[in-house]
Amino acid sequence: MIAIEKLHIGDELEDIQLEPVNRLNLIKYAGASGDYNPIHTIDSEAAKAGLPGIIAHGMWTMGNLAKLFSSYYQEGFIQDYTIRFKGMVFLNDVITLKAELTEKNGSISRFEVKAVNQNGNEVIKGDVFFNTYYD
Amino acid sequence: MFQQHIGKRSKKVKNIVERGAIKKFAEAIGDMHPIFVDEETGRNSRYNRNIAPPTFPRVFDYGTIEGLNLPNKGLIHGEQTYHYERPLLVGEEIICYSEVKNYFEKKGTHGEMGFLVLESFGEDEMGKVVFTSTQTVIITEAVRKVLIG
Repeated sequence: MIAIEKLHIGDELEDIQLEPVNRLNLIKYAGASGDYNPIHTIDSEAAKAGLPGIIAHGMWTMGNLAKLFSSYYQEGFIQDYTIRFKGMVFLNDVITLKAELTEKNGSISRFEVKAVNQNGNEVIKGDVFFNTYYD
Repeated sequence: MFQQHIGKRSKKVKNIVERGAIKKFAEAIGDMHPIFVDEETGRNSRYNRNIAPPTFPRVFDYGTIEGLNLPNKGLIHGEQTYHYERPLLVGEEIICYSEVKNYFEKKGTHGEMGFLVLESFGEDEMGKVVFTSTQTVIITEAVRKVLIG
């Protein structure tokens, strides 16, 4: 693992590819987060909402994406994390998590972060501003 | 439709950053990193204890904003932001509340849509803000029609 401080503009953190999304992932997230909106867990409710199937909580994907930075806890912390939810995540989708360094300003390293599905479509996209400790 | 709620705040609610809740949350997002769940790793870290994942504040209770009745169906989560002064520490007490930051309407491909921006706050016991978050909720025309009746 290369220190974030040593990265150059355009460098990427190592991608993480998730296991295909399954129903238990979403049931667990519903329980852990308290978001029991049934379009995320119950087929008939998703159908009623006009969806072809249950969809992942946007916050499940956003939560997953942040793990690209978990190993850097000694070096700094995520100061800002902003996300736009762009597309839906369905069961069996294979999501890949990506981060690319786009800007450095003092202790702040800005990364463009996104989760893309197996068809190459961005499902969420945004920025992480990682603040490095200097002490 | 929600303009009259702009500026309204919920009452503050005391929350605890619970070890068990962190573990359950970390497992749910597939991030069982030892800095979140292993006590020894926490003790040996610069924080001297475990920390919570950045999207963990999703689990907190922010209280209710009086008069703001959002339907529990048909809403689209459009955007989400978090801002931290420092990571959340296991076991600490965080006082949470939220506020209606903005509401506006725009014509889109699916008709007139409403955008509701909620800002949430987490303060430490001294009243110092540890994190803020904003959530933009999109209210589709179909749902707006139901609400207007």
